[in-house]
Amino acid sequence: MRLRIGFLAPTAILMAITMLAPLAIIVVYSLLTRGAYGGVELPWTIENFTRLWDPVYGIIFVRSFWIAAVATALCLVLGFPLAMFIARSGSRKNLYLSLVILPFWTSFLIRTYAWMFLLRDTGIINSALQALRIIREPLPLLYNDGAVILGLVYGFLPFMVLPLYATLERLDPALLEAAADLGARPWDTLVRVTLPLCAPGIRAGAILVFVPCLGTYLTSDLLGGSKTVLIGNLVQNQFTASRDWPFGAALSLALMAIAMVLLFAVRRRGEELL
Amino acid sequence: MKRGLAVYAVFAYAFLHVPLLILAIFSFNSSKFAVWESFSLQWYRAVAADANLIESSVNSLIIAVVATVVATIIGTLAAYGLWKRGSQWLSGSLYLSLVTPEIVTGASLLALFQWIFRFAHLRLGMHTVILAHVGFSLAYVVVVVLARLRSYDPTLEEAALDLGATEFGAFWRVTLPYLGPAIAAAAMLAFTVSIDDYVITSLVAGVDSQTLPMVIYAMARRGVNPALNAVSTLVVFGLGMLIILSERLRKT
Repeated sequence: MRLRIGFLAPTAILMAITMLAPLAIIVVYSLLTRGAYGGVELPWTIENFTRLWDPVYGIIFVRSFWIAAVATALCLVLGFPLAMFIARSGSRKNLYLSLVILPFWTSFLIRTYAWMFLLRDTGIINSALQALRIIREPLPLLYNDGAVILGLVYGFLPFMVLPLYATLERLDPALLEAAADLGARPWDTLVRVTLPLCAPGIRAGAILVFVPCLGTYLTSDLLGGSKTVLIGNLVQNQFTASRDWPFGAALSLALMAIAMVLLFAVRRRGEELL
Repeated sequence: MKRGLAVYAVFAYAFLHVPLLILAIFSFNSSKFAVWESFSLQWYRAVAADANLIESSVNSLIIAVVATVVATIIGTLAAYGLWKRGSQWLSGSLYLSLVTPEIVTGASLLALFQWIFRFAHLRLGMHTVILAHVGFSLAYVVVVVLARLRSYDPTLEEAALDLGATEFGAFWRVTLPYLGPAIAAAAMLAFTVSIDDYVITSLVAGVDSQTLPMVIYAMARRGVNPALNAVSTLVVFGLGMLIILSERLRKT
């Protein structure tokens, strides 16, 4: 048992330094006043939290929710048939599965940049369409909400496919046969048998996609340009250019609180990761 | 229905893989523009001649290797400890680190470091980046190793103890070899999340600890740059080789 304490200690210390202490600092900072030269000063105040209700920021929260929700829904719609294909592909399962996981191992940043290369005004899609004389002026494909959603779906699709695959894989084929024997058409079986049985996978996938999408910074900054300001960009801005640390801290806590509420809302017994 | 799924899968896989493929092809294009001209290695030469890219790549490798080794060792120990008996506190904080948005992790670490620097003559640099990377990759290591331990038969260890092994001896000579593949997978995961991180790193890095993702990001924000296609291709190729190599190692 003493061995166990010794084994846990290094990780406990590191988590205290890199996770709990920073969080404590953020809580304290969120209740302080912005200093004249950046930094933080007394007196204590709750003004940073009341500012969150300002409609200027409200719009940013709503937009972030909207973009994350659309990206999650698209991942589900696009990921479900793919997961089903993999689950039913017999001996080639592992190959098809690793083709989904592979992009996950390659750089997220570079995969985002690849879309900049494809979508920009002089990018390959616009160049090809112009060469084919389908369009004369380049289409504004980059630097808008659509590009951000595309980037998020591209980046997080594997996170949706993996849990969906895991539940589909365990699905008892006898249940599907039973539904067919009782006269259900394939579509009815899908909607009334397969989907409800996949609920845990859908929940897990939705959380794995929605939470990081809500806090996204990189994708919205690179593909959304300066027009698309989401919560993540707002937080980053407070800690860098605006140098308003107390408000940045309050925003961070709000973002974390939302993520926590969502996680607890969808969590079920026996689905813990750790 | 089966046929429809297969056709759909072709498109889905194309969506996942073609963008990077196009990027790789155009990294060999002699033209600056997205129209194919002729085969050329000029952008690779430009990368090799860019001192900034080389220096940041070296930084990234040092950070990723150190963070991976540290996180893998102490994360494996923690997973074993948690498997023996759970700890609400530790599991809770590891879970919290997995679900905290990167931007919040980075900003709060920056706030902590700046607060410490008020009392100590220290600055942001490689050490702060490495500390941050160990912190955020630990949870991944614990999750992967713990998953493997869930399918481990504790009686194997009890047998070793009955045969006279010490508690540590049983862990070292019986449990650890069983965990080998999971530890390798955990190290791979820690390495890839470390070498790819931009958001957290950019907040806690100093002037002398620019990493490759930071340089790539700055280049991408400035827009058109064929040298970036070449860098990207090299990174994706390098990571791909690493994955294949680790798969080979795991099978032997």
